[in-house]
Amino acid sequence: MISLGIEGTAHTLGVGIVSEECVLSNVTDSYCSDGGIHPREAADHHANVIGSVMGKSLSEAGIKKDEVDLISFSMGPGLGPCLRIVASAARSLSINLNVPIIGVNHCVAHVEIGRFTTRAKDPVTLYVSGGNTQILAYAEGKYRVFGETLDVGIGNMQDTFGRELGIGFPCGKQIDDLSSKGRNYLQLPYTIKGMDFSFSGLLTESIKKLKTNSQEDVTFSLMETAYSLVVEASERAMSHTEKNELLLTGGVASSKRLKEMCSTMCVERDATLFVPPPPLCRDNGAMIAYQGLLEYSNGKRMEIEDTIIKQKWRTDEVEVNWV
Amino acid sequence: MILKKGAEADLYLEDFKDVFGFDFYNEKIVIKKRVKKNYRINEIDDMIRGFRTVKEAKIINKAKISGVYSPALYLVDLKEKSIVMEYINGIRLKEHFSSKGLDKKIGFQIGKSVGSMHKAGIIHGDLTTSNMILSDGKVYFIDFGLSEESEEIEKQGIDVHLLRQALESTHFDISEELFKIIIEGYSDVVGNKKKDEILQRIEQIEKRGRYRKRD
Repeated sequence: MISLGIEGTAHTLGVGIVSEECVLSNVTDSYCSDGGIHPREAADHHANVIGSVMGKSLSEAGIKKDEVDLISFSMGPGLGPCLRIVASAARSLSINLNVPIIGVNHCVAHVEIGRFTTRAKDPVTLYVSGGNTQILAYAEGKYRVFGETLDVGIGNMQDTFGRELGIGFPCGKQIDDLSSKGRNYLQLPYTIKGMDFSFSGLLTESIKKLKTNSQEDVTFSLMETAYSLVVEASERAMSHTEKNELLLTGGVASSKRLKEMCSTMCVERDATLFVPPPPLCRDNGAMIAYQGLLEYSNGKRMEIEDTIIKQKWRTDEVEVNWV
Repeated sequence: MILKKGAEADLYLEDFKDVFGFDFYNEKIVIKKRVKKNYRINEIDDMIRGFRTVKEAKIINKAKISGVYSPALYLVDLKEKSIVMEYINGIRLKEHFSSKGLDKKIGFQIGKSVGSMHKAGIIHGDLTTSNMILSDGKVYFIDFGLSEESEEIEKQGIDVHLLRQALESTHFDISEELFKIIIEGYSDVVGNKKKDEILQRIEQIEKRGRYRKRD
């Protein structure tokens, strides 16, 4: 079965094609700006590039349109205008090609493509991206949220801080480079509540510290603190659920330092770290295609009228019957 | 003997006599040692382990005074970041609820204790059923490493919100009813008005979170 998936919850528009065995293609095009995501502009970007991205994805996979058996799309959570573009494209494709349609949860798709490509069995997932920062684990029919940010996503915090430094969006890579040049740790608020954490106080204090300290040192202190928070919360979740696998995914998973910290934590507790290849960690269409395939082959069916987008769709609202 | 390798500390179970040189009614003790975590830089690691050891020692005592069951402290070593305390022989409420299902009496007790802590200006900071031990029909609270002294309603709200979240992820089948009973116990100590304030605050906190919605 060939599944074509369209991702477009935030700044990235992606089209991926997968079969039961492997990812056949995974093409993305991201919206960039000087200051965060303007939802309307991002949606316009998606509408402008979706045709060419889809063409490229089909040709890279060596698949003709009429060989596609299933259309999947990111139905939420995310920015309304972006979600609507993607949903409209998916609906018209489904009708046009006369194939079934499945709308999937973006966060769950991140976990499942991770399990598919790394062969992790029953991991605790640390999902770190711009808008989302969650610690998830499967229990009794759902991916339960064991910990999450009490305010903003970690990537969102990085981008806001980056803006203070005059770095364009998204700025994870540059923040990481700057951080690696810092030497002096400046004491910053470390806010962890159970397995939840908060970044807003940390961000405010870091911006204040920029007045009297070097950019490198403040960035270093900020990122070491933020990463320590999420790694600690992940370890707590692993201990609490008695699971010994950690799956690190989401756009921020491309951070070398974060990967290193997760790896050290796992080694010290005899657990195994799994990290999907970067194109499958970031927002992408292949994960949506795979998630749709997974749900379809486990009996899920949707009519066009069931495909209304869900901007605030929580991970733990999704019934999981494929694990 | 190692009792548990926790997320942030190793727990050892020893005979009182082997540690202190004399017997005390056959009692056993627990050594809780906050271990160094090599994933984080030394500056952060030292700060966190030091802070939490002090907080735990300080607030475990304060909790006791407020009428909440918690282990007695025998030794605090801030250099080693370790604490020696009384061993509470019982089972974690996590296991109790998993095997026995909804236990209203215990739920009410949890609520009363959380209420007593808040009334005494204590935020536990990590209210999960793994951190509550049932011994002799009494609920003991452990692990005060994330606790703090505060009377702020925001912090109390987060404390209760975390408990609810922990119940939902661990005891999903009974969480709703259990939480209701816990709130009854809580209200019994802090009063109706305060209880309503807390519930309102929790609603705000949860709305602030990502994509949270609750009917």
